[in-house]
Amino acid sequence: MEFYPEIVAFEGTPFALNRIMLIRLLVLSLLVLVFWLWTSKFKRANKTNNFVPGKFQLMGEISLNFVRKSIAHDQLGEKDGDRFLPLLTTIFFVTLGMNVTGIIPGLNIAGTSVIGLPIVMAAAAYVTFIYAGVKKHGGHFFTASLFPAGVPKPFYILVTPIEFLSTFILRPVTLALRLTMNMIAGHLLLVLCFSATQFFLFNADGFFKAFGAGTFLFGFAFTLFEMLVAFLQAYVFTLLTTVYIQLALADEH
Amino acid sequence: MDVTNIAAVSGNIAVIGYGLAAVGPGVGVGLVVSKTIESIARQPELAAKLQVTMWLGIAFTEALALIGLATPFIFA
Repeated sequence: MEFYPEIVAFEGTPFALNRIMLIRLLVLSLLVLVFWLWTSKFKRANKTNNFVPGKFQLMGEISLNFVRKSIAHDQLGEKDGDRFLPLLTTIFFVTLGMNVTGIIPGLNIAGTSVIGLPIVMAAAAYVTFIYAGVKKHGGHFFTASLFPAGVPKPFYILVTPIEFLSTFILRPVTLALRLTMNMIAGHLLLVLCFSATQFFLFNADGFFKAFGAGTFLFGFAFTLFEMLVAFLQAYVFTLLTTVYIQLALADEH
Repeated sequence: MDVTNIAAVSGNIAVIGYGLAAVGPGVGVGLVVSKTIESIARQPELAAKLQVTMWLGIAFTEALALIGLATPFIFA
């Protein structure tokens, strides 16, 4: 299958690389490069007191401020938002970069379409929101989230298992699954459209060749749609992490 | 008595399963978005806040359909 391509390097070792891993490494090095350039620009601007940003610096400021202002500060407030900002920024840009490779011609598969990477990020989010809760409320965090206040005592038999399942099991699982499955579904849609185009154009005869144009248009439209999905999934992943942290930090009423 | 098949469907039953799994989230996402549109129409100045909540609601609802999509990978 396409999601398990053949190994191209270091076969037999634990560091075996296949196409998807190579794409991930490429995206990773690009991200490191872009962030390094951005931060050196910011530093130079601070040193020379020249605060009029160029195009490249402006792009960096807008993207970083998007996570900072409209995700972290909106949900967590300025103080806690800045505390958890490094994690949120990392999650957002890694997810976005890895998702976008799904529609780049020549790469054509998202780095997040195999479940390993989403699991790592979901685990980071999971550990962080539990850490945030325990740091703020101590052991009371667990009792508060397992035994929500204002429920009649006998109902805890019903409520506690549900709360346990939804808070401590389904949250990280759905975080990882949502991202992976969106990327897999997107990839399958594109494959379907373009292989149908190929079939209609080269193997079908007569009138049916016209369908090829239709499926090609659909494929093009879905590529644009996947661009939206790539951004949206990065946004949703970051936003959900933020909201989980916020719920863990919130004082119960 | 012999069993007579009047109609037969060939193919994978999982396809029907996923079709069923997509119904609920489809209705759910529709409800979330329609209510958000309604609320924005009533109070346009809250649009930004409502949209964030809308994406959250969609993300939670959509998870069910995605679990449906994941089951063949897990149980096959």
